[in-house]
Amino acid sequence: MTLFWHQLKSEQLVFWRSREAAIFVFLFPPLLFVLLASVFGDGTRDGVPASTYLVAGLIAYAAANTALGGLAITLVIRREYGMLKRLRSTPLPAPLYLAAVLISNLSVVVLQSFVVVALGLGLFDAQLPENWFSFMLALGLGAASFAGLGLAITAVVRSGEAIAAVVNVIVLPMSFLSGSFGPADALPGALEAVRDVLPLRYLIDLVLGAYVDGDAVWERPTAIAVLAAWGAGGYLVARARFGWEPRER
Amino acid sequence: MSAISVRGLRKSYGAVEAVRGIDFEVAAGEVFGLLGPNGAGKTTTVEILEGYRQRDAGEVRVLGFDPGRAERAFRERIGVVLQETELWPQLSVREIHRMFAGYYQRPRDVDEVVDLVGLGEKRDAQVKTLSGGQKRRLDLGIALVGDPELVFLDEPTTGFDPAARRNAWELVRSLRGLGKTVLLTTHYLDEAQQLADRVAVIVAGEIVRLGKPSELIAGTRTQIRYLVGGDEVVVETDEPTRTLHALTAQALADGVELEGLEVRRATLEDIYLDLVAEHGS
Repeated sequence: MTLFWHQLKSEQLVFWRSREAAIFVFLFPPLLFVLLASVFGDGTRDGVPASTYLVAGLIAYAAANTALGGLAITLVIRREYGMLKRLRSTPLPAPLYLAAVLISNLSVVVLQSFVVVALGLGLFDAQLPENWFSFMLALGLGAASFAGLGLAITAVVRSGEAIAAVVNVIVLPMSFLSGSFGPADALPGALEAVRDVLPLRYLIDLVLGAYVDGDAVWERPTAIAVLAAWGAGGYLVARARFGWEPRER
Repeated sequence: MSAISVRGLRKSYGAVEAVRGIDFEVAAGEVFGLLGPNGAGKTTTVEILEGYRQRDAGEVRVLGFDPGRAERAFRERIGVVLQETELWPQLSVREIHRMFAGYYQRPRDVDEVVDLVGLGEKRDAQVKTLSGGQKRRLDLGIALVGDPELVFLDEPTTGFDPAARRNAWELVRSLRGLGKTVLLTTHYLDEAQQLADRVAVIVAGEIVRLGKPSELIAGTRTQIRYLVGGDEVVVETDEPTRTLHALTAQALADGVELEGLEVRRATLEDIYLDLVAEHGS
C-alpha cells in the first residue's frame, strides 16, 4: 500500500508538472460543458432540467475518456520512450503500477466532476445527484471497464504519434452517439444499433439513473453486464498482447 | 559463488540464431565485459540475464535466481542501464531518483547517489535540460539507487565524446570500488581493455575468446617489419630477440640499413579484428 501511494504521488507530480498539458486536459470537460449547456441547457426533459443531463453526460464522458484515452496515451508514449521497459527492471509490481497510473488519472476526473457539478448548479440550474453513492459507484464501474479497453488499445497501437488520434476516433464519436453531449434519441437505425453495442451508452444509463432518478446501480443489471463484458474483453486482449518494450525502435 | 552462470545459452528470433550456445561465469565483485561487433548477440544475452527475454535453451543463474521467472526478490538485487531510454522529462534529477528509490526495500540515500554519479550540481534540474552524457549518468544513478549487487551496463558510452567516455569509465571503476559485480557490453575494444577484469569476445552469437585482456594478447607472435626497396617485409616470430639479432647482424654484415624497422606485439585490436574477420559471416 505504501508503494501504491508512492507511485500515485509520483504520477500526480508528473501530471501537474507538465503544466500546459495538465491545464488543458483538466479544463476540457468543464469548457465543453459550459459550451453545450449554453446551447442545449434550457428547458426541461421529463420534469428535469436539461442541464442536469449534460452534467451527468459530461462526467461520464470524462471518466470514459480518461480511463480509456488518458491511460492508453500515457502508457503508449511511456512504452515507446522506453520508460516502461526501464520500470520493468525494478521491483515495482506491474499491476500496482498500472493501477497507480489509472487512479492518478481518475483523481483528475473527480476534480473535473466537482467543477462541472458546480458550474451546472451555479450557471445552469442543474440538480445535484439524487443518489451520490450509486453515482460514484457507476463511475467507478465505468472506469474499470474503460480501463480494460484502454489497456487493450495500448497493447494494439504501435506508435506514440498515432495514439492520440486513435483515442479520439474511438471516444468522440462514441460519446456523441451515446448522448454525452446532448440527447441522442433520434438516431438513424444503423447508428442506433452501433450505439447499443458500444459500452458508453450503458455507463450513461447507470450514471443518469443514479443522478436523475436516484436509482441504485444494481437496478440495471443489463448495463452492468455489458460494461463488464467490454471490460473483460479488453483485459483479455491486454493479457495476450500487452508489452513493456518499445514497438517502433 | 558465481554472480552469473551461463551454460549452453541459445536464443533465436524466427530463423535467426542470435545466441548459439554460449557459456561463461562471472564471479562476485568482478567486472566482466562482453565485447563484440554490433549484432553479435551481446544485448540479447544481457536481456536474457536481466529477465527481459526468455531463453530457448540453456542453464542460466543470476545471483542464484532464474531470471526468466523475473521474481521481485531478483529485481531488488540488480541494477539495469539500458541502451536507450528517455526518462521522465518533467522531473528533476532528485525527484526521479526518489521515485525509483521508493521501489526498493533498502534504497541508498538519494543525495549520495546523485553525488556519486556526478550530478550534485544538477540535482534540481529537470531531466529535459540535461545533456546526453548527463542523462546517461542519471540512468546509472537510478540503476544504483536500489543498492544492487549486480549492475548491467549495455553499451554505456556509445555516442560519447572522448572526455565523457573517460568520465563514464571512472564511474564504472567506482562501481568496482563499491564491490559491485558489473556485466558490461561494449563494441569498443579500449573500453573492455580499460574496465573489464575478464572479457568474452562474442561474434555471430558465439564466444570465440574468453580471458583477461592480457591473456588474450599472450601467446601471439611478435611482428618485425622493415622496408626493402620500398616494400614492407613482415617477419612473425616467437623468439623476437634471437630473430631481431640475426636480422640486424645480417644487415650490418651486408652494410644495409633496415629502413622503417619496427618491432611490435599484436595489440588486442589486431586480435579482435582477426577474430571478427575469422568468425563473422
